[in-house]
Amino acid sequence: MSNATQGMDVGYVAHLARLELTAEETALFQGQLDQILHYVEQLNALDVAGVEPTAHAIPVYNVFRPDEVGRSLDHDDVIANAPSAANGQFRVPKIIDQ
Amino acid sequence: MADLNTLTLSELSDKLAAGECRSVDIVNDVLACIEERDGRIGAYLTLDRASALEQAQAADAARAAGACHPMLGIPVAIKDLINVKGQPCTCSSKILEGYVAPYDATVVSRLRAAGAVLLGRVNMDEFAMGSSTENAALGKTSNPWNLDHVPGGSSGGSAASVAADEAVCSLGSDTGGSIRQPAAFCGCVGVKPTYGRVSRYGLTAFASSLDQIGPISKTVRDSAILLDTICGHDPMDSSSIDLPATAFAAQLGSDPSLSGMKLGLPKEYFVEGMDPEVEKAVRDAVEHCRGLGAEIVDVSLPNAKYAIAVYYIIATAEASANLARFDGIRYGLRIDGKDPIELYGRTRAAGFGPEVKRRIILGTYVLSSGYYDAYYLKAQKVRTLIRDDFAEAFRQCDAILAPVTPTAAYRKGEKTSDPLKMYLDDILTTPINLAGNCALSVPCGFASNGMPVGLQIIGDAFNEEAILRVGHAYEQTTGWHRQRPEW
Amino acid sequence: MEYEATIGLETHIMQKTGTKMFCSCRHEYGAAPNTHVCPVCLGYPGALPVLNEKAIELCCKAGLLLGCAINPYSKWDRKNYFYPDMAKNYQISQYDQPLCLGGQLEVEVDGAMKTFAIERIHQEENAAKNTHVAGGSLVDYNRAGTALMEIVSEPCMHSAADALAYMNALKQIMQYGGISDCDQEKGQMRSDVNVSVRPVGQKELGAKVEIKNMNSFAFIEQAIGYEIDRQIAVLEGGGRVAQETRGFDADRGETFTQRTKEDAHDYRYFPEPDLMPVKISAEQVERWRAELPELPAQRRARYVSELGLPEYDAGVLTSDKAVSDWFEEAMRHTDNAKAVSNFIMGEMLRLLSGQGTAISESQVTPEKLAAIIALIDAKTISTSAGKQVFEIVFNEGGDPKTIVEAKGMAQVSDDSALEGWADEAIANNPKSVEEYKAGKQGAINFLMGQVMKASKGKANPGAVMQMLKQKLDA
Repeated sequence: MSNATQGMDVGYVAHLARLELTAEETALFQGQLDQILHYVEQLNALDVAGVEPTAHAIPVYNVFRPDEVGRSLDHDDVIANAPSAANGQFRVPKIIDQ
Repeated sequence: MADLNTLTLSELSDKLAAGECRSVDIVNDVLACIEERDGRIGAYLTLDRASALEQAQAADAARAAGACHPMLGIPVAIKDLINVKGQPCTCSSKILEGYVAPYDATVVSRLRAAGAVLLGRVNMDEFAMGSSTENAALGKTSNPWNLDHVPGGSSGGSAASVAADEAVCSLGSDTGGSIRQPAAFCGCVGVKPTYGRVSRYGLTAFASSLDQIGPISKTVRDSAILLDTICGHDPMDSSSIDLPATAFAAQLGSDPSLSGMKLGLPKEYFVEGMDPEVEKAVRDAVEHCRGLGAEIVDVSLPNAKYAIAVYYIIATAEASANLARFDGIRYGLRIDGKDPIELYGRTRAAGFGPEVKRRIILGTYVLSSGYYDAYYLKAQKVRTLIRDDFAEAFRQCDAILAPVTPTAAYRKGEKTSDPLKMYLDDILTTPINLAGNCALSVPCGFASNGMPVGLQIIGDAFNEEAILRVGHAYEQTTGWHRQRPEW
Repeated sequence: MEYEATIGLETHIMQKTGTKMFCSCRHEYGAAPNTHVCPVCLGYPGALPVLNEKAIELCCKAGLLLGCAINPYSKWDRKNYFYPDMAKNYQISQYDQPLCLGGQLEVEVDGAMKTFAIERIHQEENAAKNTHVAGGSLVDYNRAGTALMEIVSEPCMHSAADALAYMNALKQIMQYGGISDCDQEKGQMRSDVNVSVRPVGQKELGAKVEIKNMNSFAFIEQAIGYEIDRQIAVLEGGGRVAQETRGFDADRGETFTQRTKEDAHDYRYFPEPDLMPVKISAEQVERWRAELPELPAQRRARYVSELGLPEYDAGVLTSDKAVSDWFEEAMRHTDNAKAVSNFIMGEMLRLLSGQGTAISESQVTPEKLAAIIALIDAKTISTSAGKQVFEIVFNEGGDPKTIVEAKGMAQVSDDSALEGWADEAIANNPKSVEEYKAGKQGAINFLMGQVMKASKGKANPGAVMQMLKQKLDA
């Protein structure tokens, strides 16, 4: 967590999160987030060696559903929600292979 | 007909069953109240009067045909992040502009099955991120006790609508206190059920391992009725637990004795910076419970002080993924771009408000390469310590008494410029979500500025029965919950 | 300098489930776009995934078929990246606790048996289908969220031939196991290929180049060949191979740079809070193991040891599961394995390839072939007549026995009829008779041919031979 003191590269992280920020937003968030990360550093004081992480609030396992076909949505409802559609499909700007 | 909207759910339920009023009468009174007051309160985002009256007529017809359920014909306000088929579900965000839900959340299906009237959609902090309903893109909500004050959040509309008699009861959601804190700020009862008690299917996710839907109402009994109606196993939610049917309301008796019960008082919960008036109200409530026969024992939650740090890592990390789906492709707002990357960046920049952006960035950061172990994994481990603290405490008591918030409701705008300061107010509620336990908030007095104060009653996982019993006994023997804002 | 290539494969296989991985939408190829979609697979607000039990079973059975250990505890993770084909903009996958661990595949490459190690198999979900049109792309989410497992090999292969043999064996096993049809045309089997080159003797591996999302075995072979040559050329020229992701241009037979390490994804994996971990008991594993079908190698061995077929026949019959299943079915109606094998390898495969149809659609059913063989074995018809009957049934359908009767194809074993033809042949061909009697045994075959000709092929060859010998040796 020592990295935190160097501060976060807000611009880079915002790009990872696909958020275009203005220069003002970047500057504002930079200060606020650095302050929050500084606060979070109090966790450094804790020794958690040997402690299991908690990912779920309740210990439950093996929740399955049978492989049985259920109802799909009405196609018209699906397309009605699309900001842009053509030929019953969602239209997007040209996808370049990543 | 005299102001049916001011009665409690159980009073109305009795009247309906006795044929003393119709659902249509209740809905009419509620709609009239909304008409009169909501311009000042701003609880509702959408309201379909015609549909509400149709549902009320259907409920009356069903009752005439022999149907009965305590929720039959009772109007319920729904927080605007729960999907209701055919309705918008904005989450108080511009990014869901134009979205019409094609399906019902499981809680909504259960309300429909019980014959409840789905009244309208109430305001909240955008994507449930906030504690004052000031992070709302589509309108501001005021506290019915003082319009200059915030109603709390994120379920601010849910609490304000009930406090203003604009709804008989409502559904909210609680990720770090979002039911209990606005309930406390508005003088209502609010229950955060045990994680896994109520299906999350159809609840727009903020932090999936913490979110729970729960009731906000005028009394503990009313919350118990609503909880009985919406809880239970749902195969559509893998985290929903398969347990026998509940009868929380039926278990609430008329004897307010708490003898035989051990109630824990965590010393760490009377934090530095707590308003002395809040502390006094809560300590008085503790003494009141002792007077009802409960044994008060000291318990310790030593790691609770880390809850804010842990919560704002885990909740934002989960949120960063949960909110990735709002991308302008399948539904909602789209700002076009030359390629998908530009489209995403622009759409999300225009669609999300500042608090949501801040949390997405924080959550993305704590998961990113090189930082995961230091932040996310560490937070998950401290979460284990917080859970263990509660497990230990519940070996010594049946329920824990605590404040809900360090202060009563504050003025609008007071904390909006300092996110961390606002986060720190969640110190008393977030540990419960991290542990997965249940807790409720019940009115226990007023601060000198006239704003209500809430008592938090915390229970072990799946022991809602205990906290409802304590809350009900307290409420029956005090009059706080009967006090209403003046109009 | 001598170089050595190292190849690892990450093979994605779509499982044969009726519904998607996390929702109950139908899994069907070729449906109208966006008709098998729901809030879950469209990533609608509030929707939650639930595990498909059958997919878990198929993934674990695939693991057992490949000798993997089934992980007693496995969990689910979110892999975050924005892409229009991934509705939630994260893929539910398994990061550090996959369902299956370890394993191997024994394969014959250029006549030698090799063992390729498998690192893991994890379960994940498929992406939607993008189609490129003028001015943009269209997205169909029917495929989004279908069950997809990823089989990751160790970097243990060294040539395109190794990789091809591995892929072929994998496909065969998945088909045999009923895990997947592995129809590459339908995208049911796709591989990411990792290739690196190092000087022989160098300990550490060279820079890894990944060629993404290949479904044709021929292209994989070409791409590996090209990539090995390219990397060696770079090293020979004193350069450094860049660690990157490359695409394959099928028209030019070349790979090209798609993404360099600098703009690699940061997937931000973290445990999926919406799905509970999976615990699999040893008892469950044994139940699944007991249900496993016989694999091609096992079948092949059984065809040799129990049915007495030559190695070659066993290999041909088992190389395609559909053919092998057809053979198995035929063997329920006859005991003559060699005859069934001969008909399949001869007439059946020849006629099928001419028509381009699948064996399961042939008008010659296993039962009808057994009937033809029974007619031959009872000496009612000759083998050559049997082949004619096969072809008639193949092209026109019908019952073999009825065809034999209608066309008068039954062979004649009756001595009085044969005697006339035999006497005639002996009388008309004194030269052959002379040669035979002079000790040229083969001369009898000419006489035999004459009898067959006179009988229009209906004479029973065995009986004719016996009669000719009797008459000539007397």
